[in-house]
Amino acid sequence: MRAARGITSRAHPLWLAYILHRLSGLGLALFLPFHFWVLAMAMTDPARLDGFLAMTEAGMVKLAEFGLVFLLAVHMFGGLRLMAMEWLPWSASQKTLAAGTTAASFLIACLFFLKAV
Amino acid sequence: MTPDFLTVTIERGPDRQDRFEVPAYDNQTVLDVVSWVQQNADPTLSYRFACRVGMCGSCAMMVNGVPRWTCRTHISKVLDGNAVTIGPLRNLPVIKDLAVDMDPFFDKWVAAEGVHHGALTRDDPIAPIEAESAARVEANAAIECINCSVCYAACDTVAGNPDYLGPAALQRAWTLLNDVKDEGRTAILDAVSGTGGCHNCHSMGSCTAYCPNELDPMSAIAGLKRETAKSFFRRGR
Amino acid sequence: MLGLRLYMLQRITALLMAPLVLGHLAVMIYAIQGGLSAAEILGRTQGSILWFLFYGVFVVAVAIHGAIGLRVIAFEWGGMKGAVLNLFTWAVGIGLLTLGARAVWAVTFA
Repeated sequence: MRAARGITSRAHPLWLAYILHRLSGLGLALFLPFHFWVLAMAMTDPARLDGFLAMTEAGMVKLAEFGLVFLLAVHMFGGLRLMAMEWLPWSASQKTLAAGTTAASFLIACLFFLKAV
Repeated sequence: MTPDFLTVTIERGPDRQDRFEVPAYDNQTVLDVVSWVQQNADPTLSYRFACRVGMCGSCAMMVNGVPRWTCRTHISKVLDGNAVTIGPLRNLPVIKDLAVDMDPFFDKWVAAEGVHHGALTRDDPIAPIEAESAARVEANAAIECINCSVCYAACDTVAGNPDYLGPAALQRAWTLLNDVKDEGRTAILDAVSGTGGCHNCHSMGSCTAYCPNELDPMSAIAGLKRETAKSFFRRGR
Repeated sequence: MLGLRLYMLQRITALLMAPLVLGHLAVMIYAIQGGLSAAEILGRTQGSILWFLFYGVFVVAVAIHGAIGLRVIAFEWGGMKGAVLNLFTWAVGIGLLTLGARAVWAVTFA
């Protein structure tokens, strides 16, 4: 309860962006060793690699993959947002505009990919 | 409609919370509530205030988990039903009850080179300042800081990193960096590039969200990051 | 804890990785069409100097970026400090680099 109140008392957009960036980064860092280990099987044990890759068709694993892609995308855009905020001396309205444009262009890109797929 | 009595919980130590019933008035600040408790219910309650008009920066406390200047915070703005919890400012050592030791906060102000670096003497003519210049506008942005430590208490980076200079001290450094009368550019850039410097900031923005004077320490710290990054490429450090 | 040098390293590796991540996401979306197989992945990457460079740079950058990122979390949330914290940073960096380099080698020239 204490922790929940501690979070709600400072749950403004920038703080949420910070915690999302941190947790997505942590998640990616924990996943990477496993990712590398599986890929290295191409060299050590190709049959087992195919076994792992076949697993990616299962529902639960698909969900986890979606989660990873989400973590990667969110961490990258969060990071670009951070660097823009730190290094480009923009006014507040310019920042809102830039964020809006980025979101819109990302949406268009996603739509494009969905079509392409 | 205001209730007749407020239920006020005051945190007086890691595991001591005292509850008081305080009469409610139409015009009442959080500081008024704390003062009522000290004057009418428990004279041993320790807290700190001076000006009562939001200028001295000595009465900040945690109110329902949020750092606030208590003399300018109307109780109706923070009541949860008719209850409120008041505690000592976060991220600073507690002396007693609601009074915290502000020394670490002020020490960091100096550690960030938040002092005047003058080059002129009294015999020099007064240097003219262009009031509308970009640097002056940037410097002016933060001169209303009252050192209340609300931003310092709001910052999670300070909570996790005791060496971090914190929003107020870094904002002061940014102000002086933009002040044409200040000659401490190199000293300031070095001071804010150390292990507790501006680069530890994660731009979570709680400082800017809670500053009672509506200043923007987060953007000031971003300015320091920008200047130190530029000097990194120029000087190679 | 995070001085100017580590901060700049973190930002430079981030900028380097931004286009690589976009490329990686695009390849992923393309590659999962019709399922994944070892043969398909290797058919794309084996013997390719371009993919070797792409993923080689990616692995070096991510090892640095991840090590600095975990260093900050270990310090702020885990209370790790001093020599232990430095050792932890290096261990993460070298660990990620080793595992990553092995994986890149496995799918390109092994």
